[in-house]
Amino acid sequence: MNHITIAIPIYGQSVAPRVDLTSEVVLVLVENGKKEDERLFVLPQASSEEFCQFVLKEGVKTVICGGIEEEFLRYLEWKNVEVIDNVIGKVPDVVERYLKGELKTGDMVGHEYQG
Amino acid sequence: MGTLKPTFDLLDAIPMGICLIDTSKRVVFMNRALEGLSGWDRSRVQGLKCFNILRQKACFGECPLDQQGEDLKEVCFESDTISFFRKRIPLRVTFSPILGERGEVVGYIECVEDLRHSIGKSAQWDRSYRFGNIIGKSPGMENIFRLLPLVADTDSPVLITGETGTGKDLLAEAIHMASPRSKGPFVKVNCGAVPDTLLESELFGHEKGAFTGAVEAKPGRFRLAHNGTLYLTEIGDLPLPLQVKLLTFLDDKVIYPLGGSKGFKANVRIIAATHRDLEGMAKEGRFRQDLLYRLNVLRLHLPPLRERGEDLKLLVDYFVKHLSLKARKGIKGLSNEAWDILRSYEFPGNVRELRNIIEYAVTICDGPTISPSHLPTYLLEGKREEPGAPQIVASQMLERVQGSNNWTEMEKVMILEALLKAKGKKSKAAELLGWGRSTLWRKMKEYGI
Repeated sequence: MNHITIAIPIYGQSVAPRVDLTSEVVLVLVENGKKEDERLFVLPQASSEEFCQFVLKEGVKTVICGGIEEEFLRYLEWKNVEVIDNVIGKVPDVVERYLKGELKTGDMVGHEYQG
Repeated sequence: MGTLKPTFDLLDAIPMGICLIDTSKRVVFMNRALEGLSGWDRSRVQGLKCFNILRQKACFGECPLDQQGEDLKEVCFESDTISFFRKRIPLRVTFSPILGERGEVVGYIECVEDLRHSIGKSAQWDRSYRFGNIIGKSPGMENIFRLLPLVADTDSPVLITGETGTGKDLLAEAIHMASPRSKGPFVKVNCGAVPDTLLESELFGHEKGAFTGAVEAKPGRFRLAHNGTLYLTEIGDLPLPLQVKLLTFLDDKVIYPLGGSKGFKANVRIIAATHRDLEGMAKEGRFRQDLLYRLNVLRLHLPPLRERGEDLKLLVDYFVKHLSLKARKGIKGLSNEAWDILRSYEFPGNVRELRNIIEYAVTICDGPTISPSHLPTYLLEGKREEPGAPQIVASQMLERVQGSNNWTEMEKVMILEALLKAKGKKSKAAELLGWGRSTLWRKMKEYGI
């Protein structure tokens, strides 16, 4: 069975515009290319360091996020975590596009996306 | 010849990031400078919620739109963003409503200034014993320099105390310039210089017809300082009824002009300064205790020049260089004799007096070195008596050693006195003398103490 975990820092229902200013993270469990489970976690504090530690502790394979600083992106990639950043959109739409294998850096999910 | 038709494209000519936002917080337009700064392709961002693109700290729970709604006036604050290219960029943001023909809010304009350049500059200041226009490396001043960035970063009232001429005005301006309000106005009011009867309308403004002669409405200094800093110097001279009004403002941030019933919510930071003993005045009932507590949130005390030890040389060098350049003279410095005279003087007028002395000397001096004959004559006539001047340890010591023949002897006695007072503790003795610990060690070694 092939399963992976995706981490998405969120702000309301959307992908958070910045990783360092949000403490809420959604973990999406994907099995055989399908979303199986979704859980919300609240970090002790909003910071990029805290987020990176959480990602590594939870064995996350892919991070989908808004703005992230270069050094943290490079750190996660060095730890073999795929990072798709500068993404704008609602969490379910973003996950759907990711599962289709179409999500890439800088995507505004759904041209009609209205925040 | 065509007529001028303003369009959004005009905003591309402005070298500062500008974003137009509609009332539902969606991006309407972004100019070229902001496109470069944020890294987002502006043809793609129209209609998006602004927080997705601007990505400022304030977007997360402190959006000025949420806080003030319809009453929003211009707001200026410092923040940062993370660009599309993953760079953190410090910013100064000014946010103002755009009004329609009937005065209704039709949108908002956000101006964004990149602060990367100016932050580099302030780091340079730290290295050169200065903050803004204030110079010093004595422990007392270093302590103030250490606190200044923290003090500047908050919005709490500041109380600056210190004798006349110690640089209270410069300090207030330095705090304003280092604060997120630096792009806003810095308005100074000398509470002692305006007659009591006029001070209220000067500070809080008045409506048309509020009193005889009020032929038109006047905004008042509080309103002029909106989004900036109001500096109230000589706060000890503020009459008691106005102290109550100031206290009310500090509590609810609303000012009521004379003769007006509608309040104005002023976003103003208060910095107050005085050379008076406010605690003593409060005990005597001449200054409100509650206002003192309210102003005393952050207190900075500027030490008098005679307690600043090695700063004297730093300041003299600075003034000689600066003033001789201004006067187009090639003066290099002071002769040893002139130095001795300055070192033994108490400077009751502090840095202001020192500056005036050097200005006088630079004007009179016609050679490369300032000698005693170029100094004002009162310095050569001995110590000037200042009745009622505050007494401090160093000056008390000075009086006791007046009988000594030269400065070396006087300094020796001063060190011994300070060590006695400090019960042998060198760090305490250095503090009493207004010197750094290393200076005391060096001098003790020099004099074989």
